[in-house]
Amino acid sequence: MTWTRKDLLGLEELSREELELILATAESFKEVSSREIKKVPALRGKTVVNLFYEPSTRTRVSFEVAAKRLSADVINIASEVSSVKKGETLIDTGKNIEALKADIIVMRHNASGAAAMLARNLNISVVNAGDGWHEHPTQALLDIFTLKEKLGQIAGLNVSIVGDIAHSRVARSNIWGLTKLGAKVTLCAPKMLIPAAIEKMGVVITNDIDEALAQADAVNVLRMQFERDGETAFPKQLEYFKHFGITRERLKKAKKNIIVMHPGPINRGIEISSEVADGVNSVILEQVTNGIAVRMAVLFLVAQTQDRLANITQDEPSPS
Amino acid sequence: MKEKVKILDKEGVARAITRIAHEILERNKSTKLLCLIGIRNRGVYLAQRLAERIKNIEGSGVLTGALDITLYRDDLALVSGQPLVRKTEIDFDINGKNLVLVDDVLYTGRTIRAALDALIDFGRPKSIQLAVLVDRGHRELPIRADYAGKNIPTSKDEAVEVRLEETEGIDEVVIIGKELK
Repeated sequence: MTWTRKDLLGLEELSREELELILATAESFKEVSSREIKKVPALRGKTVVNLFYEPSTRTRVSFEVAAKRLSADVINIASEVSSVKKGETLIDTGKNIEALKADIIVMRHNASGAAAMLARNLNISVVNAGDGWHEHPTQALLDIFTLKEKLGQIAGLNVSIVGDIAHSRVARSNIWGLTKLGAKVTLCAPKMLIPAAIEKMGVVITNDIDEALAQADAVNVLRMQFERDGETAFPKQLEYFKHFGITRERLKKAKKNIIVMHPGPINRGIEISSEVADGVNSVILEQVTNGIAVRMAVLFLVAQTQDRLANITQDEPSPS
Repeated sequence: MKEKVKILDKEGVARAITRIAHEILERNKSTKLLCLIGIRNRGVYLAQRLAERIKNIEGSGVLTGALDITLYRDDLALVSGQPLVRKTEIDFDINGKNLVLVDDVLYTGRTIRAALDALIDFGRPKSIQLAVLVDRGHRELPIRADYAGKNIPTSKDEAVEVRLEETEGIDEVVIIGKELK
């Protein structure tokens, strides 16, 4: 199995073999972070640009740490302080970054498909760090990596995703990845947060949290974004916690060793209780650690494709 | 059809490993600070076999580790096909130790250069020595083996294949020559 993609845009387009290659590569990279000198020279001389059009700390820092542990140079661009404010188009920004001889752009954007559009217009690599409600491939990969590390294999697992499915690129990427690897995925949310026709992705849908937990080997708890609701947020939060919050009482009825995941940042007492978030079933902080290994693997694989493409072009006889 | 010459058979491989084990002990006097680090893939199995022999001879065991040098290579873009990055497993402190790097074939020396860089990132060993099953010449860097199972003069268009029980199901070393006309 050879990785031939210049970009990582989403899990929808990846084959099972490609997913497995990323996971296997990440497994090898994990050890690097446990060394006294947490660095390998694999991307020495490469430049990674983090281009973030939406606020993000954990994903950006995770990518930055990953790139630095591979010895790449990292530049961070946040849209609030860039020429984006002056009206520059995304493609122009991308072409400028390419002209600086950067090698990889890691992009977070609020428009679905933004990463794909940028990738089509540039020769350098683009890694999608979240585009609108579409995909967040590295988050799903680190969720799957953590599950695989804990439970051995993905095929045959029952994984429930609970929360705001409608506005979640994390859910979408997880569904693609998990179903391709043979897991059975159940979605659980209030009706209004389940997008239309999502069952076509091969998932089971329920509005009953106890039902979602009953058979689950793992539950991925999504963040509820009530902060947008202003004054009306508080009663909604209580209501949500009552019906969908992951609590110790609810977990008592689930499998004893159920894995509890959360992509962060956690809203304690809204989608998950503190007891569960800090409890023995929680792998939330391990997900953060694994995120570095997964992102190192992705950066390494796309950079290798770049190198190989450059090499092929060089070797071709010049037209006479 | 390509010409093939068997250089070492099962017994030959076993004798070479036994001899290297003796030489390592002779030079290092004891197993006290001795550790064997195999370079993935076949070097790991050779290191384990050497450790076994050393234990039989000396009665005391030596630590072994596995090193993957993919991330330290200088030719990643040049190799056809993509090498899978595999795990480095060195579960002990290498500071102050006498390390013996173990690999199957010594050729250009670039793998060993990468392995030295990788090891130095783990600490400051007292010394690093090099043991290989086959030295086929054609060095591109100032590197030599401290212990060689067999020196085989080859031409650059030949290939040396080391096959081991653990990886190929048979112990042997074969030279595969040019295409026969």
